[in-house]
Amino acid sequence: MTNSSTAEPLLEVRDLQVEFRTKAGTAQAVNGLNVTLHAGETLAILGESGSGKSVTAQAIMGILDMPPGHIAGGEIRYRGEDLLQMPDERRRRLRGMNISMIFQDALSSLNPVLPVGWQIGEMFRVHRGVKRREARQKAVEMMERVGIPAAEKRAGDFPHQFSGGMRQRIMIAMAIALDPDVLIADEPTTALDVTVQAQVMRLLKQLQEEFNMGLILITHDLGVVADVADKIAVMYAGRVMEASDVYSIYSSAAHPYTRGLLASIPRVDGADERLDAIPGLPPALTDMPPGCPFSPRCAFATDRCRTERPELREIAAGHTAACHYAEDFITAEEDQHEPA
Amino acid sequence: MSNVTTVQASGGATGDGTRPRRPRRPMSKTKLYTRRFMRNKSAVVGLVVFGLIVAFALTGPFFQRYDHVELDFLALSEGPSADHWFGTNSGGNDLFAQVVFGLQRSLMIALAVSSGATVLAALVGASAAYFGGNVEKALVGFIHFLMATPTFLIVAMMSEDSGGDWRVISLVLIFMTWFFLARTIWTLSLSLREREFITASRYMGVPGVMIVLRHMVPNIASLLIVNWTLGVIQAVQMETALSFLGFGVKLPDVSLGSLIRVGADTITSSPWLFYFPAAVLTLLTVSLALISDGLRDAFDPTSGAGGHA
Repeated sequence: MTNSSTAEPLLEVRDLQVEFRTKAGTAQAVNGLNVTLHAGETLAILGESGSGKSVTAQAIMGILDMPPGHIAGGEIRYRGEDLLQMPDERRRRLRGMNISMIFQDALSSLNPVLPVGWQIGEMFRVHRGVKRREARQKAVEMMERVGIPAAEKRAGDFPHQFSGGMRQRIMIAMAIALDPDVLIADEPTTALDVTVQAQVMRLLKQLQEEFNMGLILITHDLGVVADVADKIAVMYAGRVMEASDVYSIYSSAAHPYTRGLLASIPRVDGADERLDAIPGLPPALTDMPPGCPFSPRCAFATDRCRTERPELREIAAGHTAACHYAEDFITAEEDQHEPA
Repeated sequence: MSNVTTVQASGGATGDGTRPRRPRRPMSKTKLYTRRFMRNKSAVVGLVVFGLIVAFALTGPFFQRYDHVELDFLALSEGPSADHWFGTNSGGNDLFAQVVFGLQRSLMIALAVSSGATVLAALVGASAAYFGGNVEKALVGFIHFLMATPTFLIVAMMSEDSGGDWRVISLVLIFMTWFFLARTIWTLSLSLREREFITASRYMGVPGVMIVLRHMVPNIASLLIVNWTLGVIQAVQMETALSFLGFGVKLPDVSLGSLIRVGADTITSSPWLFYFPAAVLTLLTVSLALISDGLRDAFDPTSGAGGHA
């Protein structure tokens, strides 16, 4: 991660704007998003429901429902080539082969009437033109790779005959079957038990290192992020509120929203206290406040916050935040730590 | 087989509230459906009768003493006898040979029509739903147009033009029957289109045609199978209706329909000419109806008729 920043980025999203044109008006689902991803790097996009994180993933994959979705501006460069300008057929070939995706709910993402081995093998048949028998053999290999016991025997089983964790492993096997450069995982562990979550994340991390993939992890689970991510982008109402390496976010979060998220993690040692939830709801995307989108819910909001929209700016090396008072929050934190 | 017997044996204990023990591994769908189907008595009867009819059509030629075009001038309009098992018509044709041949012809037309119509309907219906947009508008518009067209008249004219060639009749019957099923499949596929595994395979770069063929169609397979059996019945009846009205197959070619037509003309003087082909036709359609009913129950997990498996 340290040396990769000098190399050409694998994926670069610049000023991405995604709109949804609805009867109620135009909803700005993603507004001026900038992220870069290098090989072997894990970028976590963090945010609550409706913050635009899944829409970002869909835009990158080129699977946005259009209409009502619409990419209003910006570019998504894969190895320097703009995906948005690419012909559809070429883009389809990239999907699955170079840029792949893992979905949230493995049960509904697998075809219930087809054997899992067939479904993994389909990746080889579609993209590599491999014959049926060979595809099945490769599918079994992939199943072994993601740790499914008795893979040879179970390749003929149907999705409903597997447990949740095993199904997610099958999804992972499909996603990495063709050795992609970029893997997007959209809340890969949300539908799983906590213990299984850890196993699946460990597997993902291990495979990422093995294949040297760039991983975009879309999640709202801060616990998952801390373990595996290198960089974090916190999204709120379609904008990046704060972005930095994972260490800075946890040690010196500069945006009140990030702080709110961190404070709302349940703690084992504070069982008698009420959970610090962020009050209120995200604003409607069709009706954004003129100032900072977080200002209606922010405990520190001033009149300036309500009228003037803060731009994302660098507040420390590799650490950006969109808050007028970002520096104040960091220094306040340092003051707190000094006496100790 | 041993699996079945254990379940049946423990099934006897269901009376006192204990459910039969589940097998250790979930059984395959085919096995499950077969067992549910086999538990349905009327469906099994239907299957046996249908099997006998097919066997009759296939082996009949080995037993018949006369060809269906051969004329026996010594036996005109004679009732069933040791020589002519089903009797003869006024021209001296052996009715047994004619029924065997007519049954073959009717079955061939029915199977071809039902298979063709089901495949066409599945392709058009699922494609319309998957591709959406203008493709969907065009295809569904065409289906609705056909539904409002008096297709029977068109079919009657076309088959009359062809001189009663059974292949042409099959084609026009396919053309006449596919769109009702296509519309049903379209509406079902609409909800299938929104399912995540369809989107997922699109995300993975699977081409649209492959998604329709390999992901959508297998999901409506049970509907297709049931409709295929119903389609066979429909095709038999339509072919019979066409032939009965004189638009179907032409002599010397015979089908059940054309035989019934001849028989109906002479029902008072030589009733056997009507009863034998009519009986075979009835057995054929009823047995198929029982089979399709049994299949529907076997495929439908909410149906009480098959019992729990």
